[in-house]
Amino acid sequence: MFRAPERLKASYDVVIIGAGGHGLAAAYYLAKDHGITDVAVLEKGYIGGGNTGRNTTIIRSNYLTPEGVAFYDESVRLWQDLSCDFDLNIFYSTRGHFTLAHTDSAVRTMRWRAEVNKHLGVDSELVGTKEIEEACPHMDLSCGGHAPILGALYHAPGAIARHDAVAWGYGRGADRRGVEIHQKTEVLGIQVDGGRVTGVRTSKGDIATTKVLCAVAGSTPRITDMVGIRTPIYIHPLQAMVSEPMKPWLDPILVSGSLHVYVSQSARGELVMGASLDPYELHSTRSTLDFVEGLADHMLDMFPFLSHVSVNRQWAGMADMTPDFAPIMGKTPVEGFYLDAGWGTWGFKATPVSGKTMAYTVAHDRDHELIEGFRLSRFAEYELTGEKGAASVGH
Amino acid sequence: MKLLRCPINGPRPVSEFQYAGEIRTMPDPDACSDSEWTNYVFNRNGAPGIKKEWWLHLASGIWFVVERDTSTDDVQRTYLFGEEPA
Repeated sequence: MFRAPERLKASYDVVIIGAGGHGLAAAYYLAKDHGITDVAVLEKGYIGGGNTGRNTTIIRSNYLTPEGVAFYDESVRLWQDLSCDFDLNIFYSTRGHFTLAHTDSAVRTMRWRAEVNKHLGVDSELVGTKEIEEACPHMDLSCGGHAPILGALYHAPGAIARHDAVAWGYGRGADRRGVEIHQKTEVLGIQVDGGRVTGVRTSKGDIATTKVLCAVAGSTPRITDMVGIRTPIYIHPLQAMVSEPMKPWLDPILVSGSLHVYVSQSARGELVMGASLDPYELHSTRSTLDFVEGLADHMLDMFPFLSHVSVNRQWAGMADMTPDFAPIMGKTPVEGFYLDAGWGTWGFKATPVSGKTMAYTVAHDRDHELIEGFRLSRFAEYELTGEKGAASVGH
Repeated sequence: MKLLRCPINGPRPVSEFQYAGEIRTMPDPDACSDSEWTNYVFNRNGAPGIKKEWWLHLASGIWFVVERDTSTDDVQRTYLFGEEPA
C-alpha cells in the first residue's frame, strides 16, 4: 500500500511530524490541492498507531461556537466523499447521534446548541423521549431510576467510520503523489536560526527544511519544547473499550454527559464505548480496571440486558487538552513552524478539515480562515473559543 | 498507580484523592508584564518529567505535595507543603 523509502533525503520543502490521520491528510492535500510533493512525513511508530487508531470514531458537527460549527461541518462534508476520493472503503456509516439530557439544565443546553446549529445550517434538533424510544427501544429511559432521560439533542448526520482506513487512504493518496512516509523515524530536535526553522534532526539523520508541521496528538509539548514555544496544552489519558461482537441492535450513536458514556455499534457488531478523561496528567497508554468498572456500571444503567456481555479489549490514548476545549492550529511565533495540536478528545472527526486547512496554511504561510479562531495567540489576546459546553462528555 | 501515600493518613486508594495540577508560582500581578501574566494564567509545562503537584485527600481535606514522574506514574515522595524532606 505504501512505498518504504530507504533513507531520508538531505532536504525537503515541507516536513510533517506525525503519520496519523491529521499529518497524512495535510500531506495529501498539500500534494493534491497545492502541488507541493517534496514532503517527508516522519513517524516514530507506525502509520495511524497513535490516537487515529485509538479513538471511538464518532463524526459530528453539532458544536456550540460558530467557529466550531463551521469548522466541523466542513469536515462532515469532506468525510461524506472520502471513500470515493480515496477509492478505498472507509466504512463511513451515517447513524444519527443522540446527546441525552438527564436534567433540566442539560435540556436547556441542548436547546441552545440546537438553535446555534440550525442558525448555521447544521441538521440538529431537540427531541423528546418518544423519538428516543423509537430510535432505541432497547434502552431503559429511566436509567435505573436515578438519571431519567428527559430529552436529547438529535444530530441526523452523526456517523462512524473505520479509523485505520482513514490513515491508510490519506497515506496511500499522498504516497502516490510523491510524498515520502518514513515510519520508525523519530524527531530528536528542530533547528531554529534567527526565529526561523532551518532543519530537523531525526533518528535517521539530519534534514534541511524551512517548513515543519507538528501533528503529533498527545506528544505536542515534547515537540514545542524543541522550538522553545510554550502552550497551554496538558496531557491526560483517555480510555476506551469494546464488547464482544453481537448481532446489530444499536443503530444510533448515544452519548450521555451525566452518565459519562458514549457508545455505538461497529460494523463488526462490537459495542465501542468511551467515558471521560483520566483524572490526572500521565504520558502513558496504560489501561485501568477502574475505567472498565465505572463505564460498565453506567452502561448497565442504560442497557440492563447487557449484564452477561463481556468486554473484549480496552486501551488508551494520550489527549492534548486545552483550557477552552478547542484545538490550537496555524502559525506560531517561530517562522516556518506550524501547529496542528490541542486535539484533546475531539480530533478524529476533524481529520479531513484539519488536513485541508493546515495544507493551505503551510502552502500560503497564512492561517486558513476556518482556523483563525483556533490560533495559538488567542490566549495572549484573551479571546478564547469556549467549546466546553459542546464536549459530549463532561471532560 | 493504585495507592497514594497521604502524609497524614498513610497509603490510601487513589480514588480517594483529587489531582490539582503542577505547583506554580504566581507572579506579582501589579509588577509583571502582560506576557508574564498570560504565561502564568494559560501556559503549562506539558512535557513528561518529574513534577511537583498539588493533591487533595478528599476524605480528610488534606492538601499535600506529590513528586511524580508523569511518564511512568512512579511517585517519588509525598509531603506536606513547606515540609519537604532534605
